[in-house]
Amino acid sequence: MPGTQPAPQDILRAIDVHKSFGLTPALQGADFGVQPGEIVAIMGPSGSGKSTLLHCLAGIFPPDRGEIWFDGQRLDLLGEGERTALRRTSFGFVFQFGQLVPELTTADNVALPLLLGKVKRKEAYARATEWLDRLGLQGLGGRRTGELSGGQAQRVAIARALVGNPKVIFADEPTGSLDSLTSEQTMNLLVDTARQQHITVVLVTHDARVAAYAEREVMVRDGKVTMGNILEVTN
Amino acid sequence: MSVPLALLGLLEREPSHGYDLKREYDSYFGRGKPLPFGQVYSTLARLARDGKIVAGDTEPGSGPDRKRYAITEDGRREVEAWLAEPIEPEPHLQTVLFIKVVLSLMLERDAQGYLDKQRAAHLSRMRELTELKRTGGVIEALLADHGLYHLEADLRWIETTSARLASLLALVNPLEHVHELEE
Repeated sequence: MPGTQPAPQDILRAIDVHKSFGLTPALQGADFGVQPGEIVAIMGPSGSGKSTLLHCLAGIFPPDRGEIWFDGQRLDLLGEGERTALRRTSFGFVFQFGQLVPELTTADNVALPLLLGKVKRKEAYARATEWLDRLGLQGLGGRRTGELSGGQAQRVAIARALVGNPKVIFADEPTGSLDSLTSEQTMNLLVDTARQQHITVVLVTHDARVAAYAEREVMVRDGKVTMGNILEVTN
Repeated sequence: MSVPLALLGLLEREPSHGYDLKREYDSYFGRGKPLPFGQVYSTLARLARDGKIVAGDTEPGSGPDRKRYAITEDGRREVEAWLAEPIEPEPHLQTVLFIKVVLSLMLERDAQGYLDKQRAAHLSRMRELTELKRTGGVIEALLADHGLYHLEADLRWIETTSARLASLLALVNPLEHVHELEE
């Protein structure tokens, strides 16, 4: 719904968002809203624009047109530096292959966002260790992430996403490289922790079994959110 | 069809009274659909008649539940053969889903809208089963997994059918508005 203010209860909202890469349109008027503490899955066929929508919501890609609102402010109007700072303080990210730095230890990887945010080293590592313990990775802080199993690496990625006390976690195919059981354990961990901490989760997945962990799903087709959109639900 | 064999299987584990047998059946296999007592006793009577089980002497007390049943060698062989036999894979080629999609296109109704609603209904059921899995034990997880994989297969079919609606329309309704779906 172009030009409308976000509903007051939304923590995140995209309004009529357009985004192209060269001549290829990825988003063509996407509208999408998320409430605080909600776990929402964005689904859609390959190339539908679902990952681009997540990247726009997270302030990684600025939209060509349209508005992105986060917690009452226009994300799309912020400069690159401000968006980077916001991502570090308010968002956490979990991607398909963890995107951990293999040369660093597990604790280094988890502490990294805090260190980049100028948190004191001692405190950063204490918080990293606390999260590693809470996610069942006790004693693995000194191990290089290249030596971890896929499931352990995704837990480290979740710990890294949580260490900065984010308001929103963006997860793009977080279990894409895992077998069914490990995928289930990873999703349980993500959902349990998000519910306990009242963190909003925006989850992109093509896998219905993963989407079923969310409380609601939306479909993206041809760059638009075609169903399950909160606008359709509330209006 | 599987109730007599499931009861027979439970009796192979240990001899039992009808009441205990029903309780065991319900706790493992009766999710939301407990076995009526009448069916338990009629099944046991048939199994006894066919020589698959034997009823012990009537024990003192009142009520119908005074006999203890035990499996026979014949019954044991039947359980063994049944467990070794794969069940018939069911391809569900004539599903209601398929009929609804084809009819929607023939009658120029909103086939895509129907598929979208069906997807939402499937995902909603998958959410319930996932929650059951998250909060239940191993047995609930195994049963929920079975349901989830079947629903997932339907969902994949729904996705592929969505992508094929234009060519399906051309087939069932060749003169009507093919271009509308292709846009």
